[in-house]
Amino acid sequence: MPTRLQNEANKENLLINMGPSHPAMHGTIRIMLELDGEKILNSEVEVGYLHRGFEKTCEHKTFFNLLPYTDRLNYVSPLINNLGYVMTMEKMLGIETPERSQYIRVILCELSRVSDHLTALAAMTMECGAFTAFLYYIQAREELWNIIEETTGARMTTSYIRIGGVRADLHPDIKTRLAKATKINRRVLKDNHGLLDKNRIWIDRTRDVAVVSSKMAVNYGFGGPCLRASKVNYDVRKAQPYLVYDQLDFEVPLGDNGDNYDRYLVRMKEMEQSLRIIEQCLNKIPKSAGPEELLIKGLEPEDAIKTSRSKRVEDTIKLSPNLEGSEKVKYPGILTEDKKYIVPPKEDTYTSIEGLINHFKFFMKDHGIRPPKGDVYFSVEGGSGEVGYYIVSDGTDKPFRLHLRGPCFHIVSALEEMIKGHYVADVIPTFGSLNMIGGELDR
Amino acid sequence: MEIKKVIEELKVKFKDDITEFSKQFGDDVIRVKRESLRDIVRFLKKTPHNFAMLLDLTCVDYMGEEPRFEMVYHLYSISNKNRLRIKIRLDENDLKIDSLTSLWGNANWLEREVFDMFGVHFNEHPDLRRLFMYDGFEGYPLRKDYPLRKRQPIIPMRYEDAD
Repeated sequence: MPTRLQNEANKENLLINMGPSHPAMHGTIRIMLELDGEKILNSEVEVGYLHRGFEKTCEHKTFFNLLPYTDRLNYVSPLINNLGYVMTMEKMLGIETPERSQYIRVILCELSRVSDHLTALAAMTMECGAFTAFLYYIQAREELWNIIEETTGARMTTSYIRIGGVRADLHPDIKTRLAKATKINRRVLKDNHGLLDKNRIWIDRTRDVAVVSSKMAVNYGFGGPCLRASKVNYDVRKAQPYLVYDQLDFEVPLGDNGDNYDRYLVRMKEMEQSLRIIEQCLNKIPKSAGPEELLIKGLEPEDAIKTSRSKRVEDTIKLSPNLEGSEKVKYPGILTEDKKYIVPPKEDTYTSIEGLINHFKFFMKDHGIRPPKGDVYFSVEGGSGEVGYYIVSDGTDKPFRLHLRGPCFHIVSALEEMIKGHYVADVIPTFGSLNMIGGELDR
Repeated sequence: MEIKKVIEELKVKFKDDITEFSKQFGDDVIRVKRESLRDIVRFLKKTPHNFAMLLDLTCVDYMGEEPRFEMVYHLYSISNKNRLRIKIRLDENDLKIDSLTSLWGNANWLEREVFDMFGVHFNEHPDLRRLFMYDGFEGYPLRKDYPLRKRQPIIPMRYEDAD
């Protein structure tokens, strides 16, 4: 079936497809261009190649089970997606989370934000031919992902932030590792500032290309660096503070023109601010048990199970320090105390009748997390803008409707207008600067 | 301007057009009549209310209830830091509502998505086509009566045992 552009285009002009399989189209997206020479007269953006029915799937999953699906939305910063969903649920259920877990959330979300920006800029620079900058960015991202992996157990599909808190505590040696990673990141940022800021090729390809006025940015519902590059001061972390962001000191960098260069620069400055936030959090985070206390001395798990068959187990139980271990004794202060909303510790499930009942009550059909009837919207600041969840609950253990406000959906919808009148080569840096993520756009 | 004042002004100005004022988990919600959506939204978009951003636009299918569909709009005011949710019920036999594309740029794709997933028709939309699904897709996937595992591939499935 002919598309809109094929019907409307002047017969004398050249129609050209960019994507869906094109090295510069991150994920799969098709941009149809109507060209006069190299000038873009009109364009049409076609999305949906990565549509997986996220919202439909969620309607058939319980509130606990659908968390892994949120990892796969913005797959560069899955922790922020987790956080958005989890905090929406917490708003609905009225759960207060322990302070330590809030700091852990902030640290990991800021790490995700930096890695999101690093990936966006890496792709953007590489597509413009700056391969050195790309390698530097990816090297810095690798350091961050190593920390995320050590803490959450996964690089991308984390499912780490849970309703009521987080899955496990930070790595015992987090401070030195983060110090190393921030040092490498700062050096990479400095190097790339040096490589790109006054680079003739980079400036020619980004300065005054695809200028978005602040009016247009607001009109299209932009968010994140794209909005702030257009000189609109809106950051969810400042406007509607959540977690402990109101106690942290950071700035919201703004651009001047709203062109590609500003979007690059705002991302660079934002990463610096995120590193600042991480350092503050490390100083402020409430203490937990030290690393030597994490290895709990006590009964071997098998012995405890044997004992529990004849009498109640009173002693503490030794558990391996991996993520599957116990949350209760090993990691205090990272999950809410309310048993209705958290997976009970395995040591309780296997050794006491109450723990077993808790376990069944949590996982049985039509039990588990059942928020009150009603609908709720909550948003957090994601890598490319406001990540919002709209959840309608009918009182059962499954969402009646779950809708994601994906930030890049709104941003990509402005692409047609942004590239109009520019050249074909300008599409590449412009598209790169938007940080389009297929998983979040197509859902 | 605080959200309370906005609500009070709305109560005075659109007495007959807004049927319900409520709060859901701390969010302000108004339920409006279908015909007056554009007037109310245009009023809210101007100073001093400054709801300049259309955060989100979606639809919910309450199958079995009358009217069946509910449009949900989220507006945001950057200068006043206010959020407002607007709801409109739509009848299944008359699934039409005014488009907001003249007011917001992102309404274009958002409305196309709702059209794609729920089959809601938007009056005066410049380019109302499916967004995620392909042309020729039958049915509306996010409606409650669309089965979860129904497949209709654009190229017919080829089974190994079929000749």
